[in-house]
Amino acid sequence: MSDPLMADDHMPEDHPVDLSKMHVSDEVAIQINNMNKWYGEFHVLRDINLTVNRGERIVICGPSGSGKSTLIRCINRLEEHQKGDIIVNDVELNSDLKNIDKIRAEVGMVFQHFNLFPHLTILENCTLAPIWVRKTPKKEAEADAMLLLERVKIPEQAHKFPGQLSGGQQQRVAIARSLCMKPRIMLFDEPTSALDPEMIKEVLDTMIGLAEEGMTMLVVTHEMGFARQVANRVIFMDEGQIVEENEPEEFFHNPKSERTKLFLSQILGH
Amino acid sequence: MSSDRSIAFVASGQIPPSAPPANLTGPIGWVRENLFDGILNSILTLASIAIIVMVVPPIIDWAFLKGVWNAGSLGECREIVVATHGEGASGACWAVIHERIYQFLFGFYPPELYWRPILAFMLLFVAIAPVLFSSAPRQMLWFSLAYPLIAFFLIWGGSIWGTLLFLAGPVVGYLVGFRAGRFAYGDNFIVGAAVTVLATVLWWLFAVTPIADALTSTIGFVGFEPVESDRLGGFLLSITIGVIGISGSLPIGIVLALGRQSSMFAIKTMCVVFIEFIRGVPLITLLFVASVLLNYFLPPGTSFDLVLRVVIMVTLFASAYMAEVIRGGLAALPSGQYEAADALGLNYWQATRLIIMPQALKVAIPGIVSNFIGLFKDTTLVSVIGLLDPVGLLNPIRADSAWNGILWELYMFVALFFWVFCFSMSRYSMYLEKKLKTDR
Repeated sequence: MSDPLMADDHMPEDHPVDLSKMHVSDEVAIQINNMNKWYGEFHVLRDINLTVNRGERIVICGPSGSGKSTLIRCINRLEEHQKGDIIVNDVELNSDLKNIDKIRAEVGMVFQHFNLFPHLTILENCTLAPIWVRKTPKKEAEADAMLLLERVKIPEQAHKFPGQLSGGQQQRVAIARSLCMKPRIMLFDEPTSALDPEMIKEVLDTMIGLAEEGMTMLVVTHEMGFARQVANRVIFMDEGQIVEENEPEEFFHNPKSERTKLFLSQILGH
Repeated sequence: MSSDRSIAFVASGQIPPSAPPANLTGPIGWVRENLFDGILNSILTLASIAIIVMVVPPIIDWAFLKGVWNAGSLGECREIVVATHGEGASGACWAVIHERIYQFLFGFYPPELYWRPILAFMLLFVAIAPVLFSSAPRQMLWFSLAYPLIAFFLIWGGSIWGTLLFLAGPVVGYLVGFRAGRFAYGDNFIVGAAVTVLATVLWWLFAVTPIADALTSTIGFVGFEPVESDRLGGFLLSITIGVIGISGSLPIGIVLALGRQSSMFAIKTMCVVFIEFIRGVPLITLLFVASVLLNYFLPPGTSFDLVLRVVIMVTLFASAYMAEVIRGGLAALPSGQYEAADALGLNYWQATRLIIMPQALKVAIPGIVSNFIGLFKDTTLVSVIGLLDPVGLLNPIRADSAWNGILWELYMFVALFFWVFCFSMSRYSMYLEKKLKTDR
């Protein structure tokens, strides 16, 4: 294998994608200024500055414990930051509950362990938030949900329960569930880390489809093939700070920082 | 490795599925697997059969074959047994149950009014059907909501004015707290809520009785003939306390469990103190407090019904335990469920009602039903403070000269009654667990 980036690659071979040059708007979707966060005494996030424009696809990578999950969880305030500003869709995140619920309704999140609601069917999982948060009529919410389930290629599972589906199917449902809220930004927190290799591809395919439609995406992942082909920017984090960010081509072939080089050699080298 | 052996292997085709060996399935398979699976199991099976053979026939013989159903006294019972089965024979004397059955069922409720508790009991099933079975029509829930009032009215009777005025309490409280009080303190929700509660309680304590009397004297008496609480007894009393306790302790327990998890320090502390206090005190003590002490704390002149006081104590007692069982269910939920609900934009109450509680309650079903069963059996403790529940009735019956000396039959009958109810609850819990199982 000539290109080390192709090692352990789950990217689809049948239709080669390269979205890294796709157009990005000038409109700012997320603005993070000098953001800091502590867990008790522990300084998890240090002086984070990040501007995400609409339509950007950003992959965040880094060793475990580097704060990359915490960073994206701050964006919809699953975690609270203590210093600095986070402005999402022109709304500033502070302790005002109205702002938080407004932002959460417009920012979709996909978790490592899917977090589907096991007591509800797939369809109910998808329609719950539109019905209760967006006040969409039930019929309409169900029709929307079925369209999205078709898009993630599992409409026939709509009346099953999450426990009856495979991991890959559950994660695609989780993506559809987020999309049902018609979010303007999607956050992915290691969406493929809990999946068997043969299921990773189906989830990545779904995410690529989303990127092709111009969704603003922040993805924490170790799938470097995905980063190279889909992301327009790759961010490397270590010990709570952003160490390096660059276009994927430059990032992988010409890393500047020693820590980035070490990290890349560890996950790509074998 | 020798040259004629190769590690390469390719399956020649798919092996078709075949039926399992005959001795693994069917009744024979079941018996082999469950009763005679090994030496120890076989010995236990044979020993169990031996014990059943030794114990069951004598009981059936005593209770049914030689049992006497019609007699006026214990002496007469014994004579009948000896006359029919010969000298030295002993048989159960069910005649006492036969003679006292109405007392067991209704206590000292006026016989001409028996139809009222019977009707209330039958309506109970109509009221709980939509709660227990999702296949029942949803509109029936409106009846379930109205049922407590209907049942109260049927059992205790009395003027409709008092009940209506009592119900009006929260409405009056709301009007005072959030409408009239506006001018004094504006839109402050906490103060409004506090004034509402205060106004409601004051209304109940000081306004209901005089206004009801005034209405009766001006408009006239509308309602059923009133029945005093001390005439309630027997299974009627057990079921009344049990049903109110069960239906009251679950919602209060849910609120306490949520309060204990709250991030608001004052709410959390209040819930913890309440739960730990109640759990640290025997129910009997609380019942004595209800029967004796409570009167000292209430304003003079307010007569607070003893059964009502007992019901409140039993409900509070059970809800403290309920709160801990539900907290166990809450603790069993992975934090991802809270996060997913938050990430979708659901607010606290939506997340709690739609995501958290359905799952927590499902996990807690066995514990919740155990508590229900415990509560229902604990209603027999009210006999200690002089209420005539089935156990409280046993002493007066045994003190009757006709039945002096009878023991087994009475306790067996009461035990059977409780067993039927508790066993039904246990089976329902199993049905519910099976129905709510969604992972396969």
